[in-house]
Amino acid sequence: MNEQEILAGLGEIVEEIAGVPADEVTPGKSFVDDLDIDSLSMVEIAVAAQDKFGVEIPDEQLKDLTTVQDVVNFVTKNAGGSA
Amino acid sequence: MTLSSTSFPPAAGARILSLGGYQPGNVVTNDDISARVDTSDEWIRSRVGIVSRRFAGPEESVTDMAAVAGGKALAASGLSPGDIDLVIVATCSAEASIPNASAVVAHRLGITAPGAYDLNAACAGFCYALATASDAVRAGTARYVLVIGAEKMTAWVDQTDRNTSIIFADGAGAAIVGPVAEGKPSGIGPVVWGSAGDMAEKITIADRDSFLQQEGQAVFRWATTSMHPVAAQACERAGVAVSDLAAFVPHQANLRIIESIARKLGVPRERLADDIVTAGNTSSASVPLALARMVERGALKPGSLALLLGFGAGMCYAAQVITVP
Repeated sequence: MNEQEILAGLGEIVEEIAGVPADEVTPGKSFVDDLDIDSLSMVEIAVAAQDKFGVEIPDEQLKDLTTVQDVVNFVTKNAGGSA
Repeated sequence: MTLSSTSFPPAAGARILSLGGYQPGNVVTNDDISARVDTSDEWIRSRVGIVSRRFAGPEESVTDMAAVAGGKALAASGLSPGDIDLVIVATCSAEASIPNASAVVAHRLGITAPGAYDLNAACAGFCYALATASDAVRAGTARYVLVIGAEKMTAWVDQTDRNTSIIFADGAGAAIVGPVAEGKPSGIGPVVWGSAGDMAEKITIADRDSFLQQEGQAVFRWATTSMHPVAAQACERAGVAVSDLAAFVPHQANLRIIESIARKLGVPRERLADDIVTAGNTSSASVPLALARMVERGALKPGSLALLLGFGAGMCYAAQVITVP
């Protein structure tokens, strides 16, 4: 899975959970400040990302992932053999 | 000589005969809470889905609320107090460790010398108690059981803690459980229950002088990932499809949590009980209170199927399908 695919998948997740159109989920955006996503939605996004990408994002890590690019990087880095 | 194994004839199945709910009179709005702690109506609605909740008065105890809800369920059942063999009060917020609330409630309702015990499985308490009541009826150790979930959570919540004071509230709900008529199907399906003690520190009341502490985000993640399979399994064991359910009545923990569980389970939003909006999170009282209020306003037809799911501290959980009385 390349970065573009992860970004597209993340866009779908964010649209489904937070109702933000997938095409607005671009790398530079901040979840909280730009996309108006709160901490509980971030947990739901992390859980959905685990289902979709097979990468667990623990709560301790989640608080440091502030932008879309942060999550894409985290998933890319931890996707391991499935990447 | 052989030992007789039952007190009553074992029943082929158990069912809920009637329900009763009680909410204290004191309505507390989000604006009332915002006056005490740094929060707002908009924030509370968006994070937990609560618009208002009820707080018990200073002199109003778990036992008082349990007795009112229990009395309503008993009256609605058409049984007399003498018919009740067992009283179970599910609570984690009782004012005293002894006497147990159940014995006092039984006495107040004129139920003479029943088996009586309190059960603590936190927010899952009512579903645990319902399962044990059903088992008692089926085994013949009791004929009719009064099952109550009652909580005064506000006695254990720091009203200046913005994480917990917006969520928890007080109330009680009750059900009378008895045998099904011969040849009739069971009205309480098999329970699916369990616990996750490895996460027990996520929700605690450490001692008598402590307030409830909760790691909200961890609890949210656990509930939204681990509970829909439990609920699905309860349907499977009862032999019903999710589409057969007239209602899904989960513990009213947080509207966001229960909407997420319902979505993953495939329950349409309109069939999800959302009593939390005007009742708050009343722990073990929330399931029977929601159920009683839905039946009272005619939102659930007698004979229809409802899926109950309790989950919370411990982290204990229990689910079963019931036939609405």
